[in-house]
Amino acid sequence: MLSRVADALYWMTRYLERAENISRFIDVNWHLTLDQPGGECQDWGAMVRITGDTALFLERYDGFDRQSVITFLMFDSAYPHSILSCLRAARENARSVREIISNDLWEQVNDFYHLVVDGSRRPEVLYINPHEFCQQIRLRGMMLGGISNETMNHGEGWHFSRVGRFLERADKTSRILDVKYFILLPDISFVGTAYDDVQWGALLRATSGLNAYRQRHGRIFPANVADFLVFDRDFPRSILFSLNAALSSLSSISGTPPGTFRNRAEQRLGKLCAELTYTDIATVFDDGLHEFCDRLQMDINGISDAMGTVFFGYPSEASPTAQEQ
Amino acid sequence: MNFAHYDMGPFYDEMFAAPGEARAGTGLLYRKIESLPPGELERRQGAAEKALFDMGITFNVYGHSEATEKIWPFDLVPRIVHVDEWQHVETGLKQRIQALNLFIDDIYHDQKIVKDGVVPRELITTAEGFLEPCVGLSPPRGVWCHISGSDLVRDQDGRLFVLEDNLRCPSGVSYVIANRRLMKRTFPEVFAASNVQPVELYPARLLDMLYAIAPSKNEPPLLTLLTPGVYNSAYFEHSFLAHETGIELVEGRDLVVQDGDVCMRTTKGLQKIDVIYRRLNDDFLDPQVFRPDSLLGVPGLMAAYRAGRVAIANAPGTGVADDKVIYAFVEAIIKYYLDQEAIIPNVPTYLCWRPQDLTYVLENLPRLVVKAANESGGYGMLVGPAATRAECDAFATKIKAAPRNFIAQPTLSLSRAPVIVDDLFEGRHVDLRPFILYGEDIFVLPGGLTRVALKKGSLVVNSSQGGGSKDTWVVNPADRPETPIQMENMDHVKSSC
Repeated sequence: MLSRVADALYWMTRYLERAENISRFIDVNWHLTLDQPGGECQDWGAMVRITGDTALFLERYDGFDRQSVITFLMFDSAYPHSILSCLRAARENARSVREIISNDLWEQVNDFYHLVVDGSRRPEVLYINPHEFCQQIRLRGMMLGGISNETMNHGEGWHFSRVGRFLERADKTSRILDVKYFILLPDISFVGTAYDDVQWGALLRATSGLNAYRQRHGRIFPANVADFLVFDRDFPRSILFSLNAALSSLSSISGTPPGTFRNRAEQRLGKLCAELTYTDIATVFDDGLHEFCDRLQMDINGISDAMGTVFFGYPSEASPTAQEQ
Repeated sequence: MNFAHYDMGPFYDEMFAAPGEARAGTGLLYRKIESLPPGELERRQGAAEKALFDMGITFNVYGHSEATEKIWPFDLVPRIVHVDEWQHVETGLKQRIQALNLFIDDIYHDQKIVKDGVVPRELITTAEGFLEPCVGLSPPRGVWCHISGSDLVRDQDGRLFVLEDNLRCPSGVSYVIANRRLMKRTFPEVFAASNVQPVELYPARLLDMLYAIAPSKNEPPLLTLLTPGVYNSAYFEHSFLAHETGIELVEGRDLVVQDGDVCMRTTKGLQKIDVIYRRLNDDFLDPQVFRPDSLLGVPGLMAAYRAGRVAIANAPGTGVADDKVIYAFVEAIIKYYLDQEAIIPNVPTYLCWRPQDLTYVLENLPRLVVKAANESGGYGMLVGPAATRAECDAFATKIKAAPRNFIAQPTLSLSRAPVIVDDLFEGRHVDLRPFILYGEDIFVLPGGLTRVALKKGSLVVNSSQGGGSKDTWVVNPADRPETPIQMENMDHVKSSC
């Protein structure tokens, strides 16, 4: 497979997954603010902080009001990680490999893009209630995952797109966990407020994991929720599940037996999976959940850089990664 | 919507021989359209446009926000060509391409045609498409122009002419196939009954041709389509053809020459390729030989080609034969190589390079169409009757500065076909671009791209100049009876697409 094609497939799915997850952020925050009277401005500011792009936001907007934050995250063309920008990038990547992907996949990516463009023309509706639009985006994202699973050959190209999807998902699930940290959990001992149950529940709902969590753990305890989102082996949006899925695709690409590696991307990802496999949620809380998320995101960036040099023909790991978050 | 008020004007109409009298082969379509309930044709036109939009067959309108994407205008009423006439077209095109190919081969070898005084040497050496580095090359089977399309037009008497030859990278075949798929969905009933010759076999014939020119005995050979990239206006077509044939779509940056072979960079290292169907102009192919500033090509490609390590379709250098000045000699070229009269004639052409022609052209600008010899896409041309005095004067200055670069032709009164304009049919001028493949033998795709000048009265059909397209049906009505078909009950007939 052409390096350029592998690169485009990897980024196409990363951007699609990213757009879907941003809609999940917005949706969860929307529900959180509804359930938490007062202090709304601050809450929307947390949304920007978890993206790591606060400086960029402040250059362009006066304050963290709902309207500005929603505009920034959804439709700001100048912000490379807005949903609109992600869709545009996903579509451009898809266009460049249109002959490789199925017609169904291309047409849905195209249609998805137009859905968001149409949404950007009437943002007022979303300032009042973004829920429905977020849900549409989430469903489209999942549908595209289904279409690529059902219509693409499960060969090299599909595996590259799968690595992209799951690395992005692991990163974003860690950021969804971070929402909670920024909003009301600067300290693990700070548990048991009146709204706590509701808010951890909203977090799980953002990952489509509330029912699965209930079946696994029943009542909501912060440590269990974090454990579920980081370590659950069967929940398809947990961090460890996602990283293991990415690793299995990477092994299929290089033909490496489990537990060994042939290149730096595999080495780094395998190491990260092993580390997570042999740790537990108590350790994570001891070291700080936020710090854990931070480190994880940096590790994932490193793995993505290694993908670039090993497979996509990028010059070296020192080079700036233009597409990286 | 019906043809009751359709005005044919003083032109040859592709659908009607006289008001209300459909030409051979078009009767079925005519009656079907007349029988549709009010609003139905517009509904089908809307559905077709939406399908094109969903497929992403769009182009950006410059100067607008990103949301402004438009489909290439497509008119639902097909242009119909009777199979008897098509046989004439097919034979004529085969003759023309065979002769032009012999001409190119001769030009890059002995230049007998020059020595015999049929084509002046000066016009060859000054043709922009003539490439010195190709002299002496012998591509497999002696075939240079593997993929070509010669534009055809019809005058007010219905006579067909070749308007120009496209021997470099003619585009449009993807629209032919995409349009046809749409039409099958839109008019399944007429389609099934009309015995329309298929265009769906093009990708397979393209593959046959590319296999036929593969130099090595690699089984199967690795075939590629070289595109300038996603920002090229024909990118849709490049990706469409790669998708339909399964060949690798590559950009210049994907390719590298190593140990004399052309290779592509893959996730598993370099892989040798055998055939390049290039959609890149000659001068961008190899910065070591042609334009040194080209970032789209592959350094060392020409050396690999010359050494026979890789086949290129079309062969570099074919542009010499579609220079619009050389065009004026094609009838003589056919006579010279095949000893035959041209089956489809040229439009009479004045060469500004000839002093007496130059004088005539300058004196008659308002009546002529003047074209730059090396431009295409409707650029660099003057349509005399539609031009202002000032435009004519400005053009005259350009012609006098470089007479070699201009030709002129009488303004043809091109034939028209009905198109849907709001809720009426109006006549618009059309041409036809057929598609020809030359591998083991010559294949002419039955049909082709009918281009429509959508601006009222305009004669320029190019997509870059406000043109649209129509599906072109080569029909053989004799094979199936027209009368017994119950039109209203045919709507459920499934098409084969």
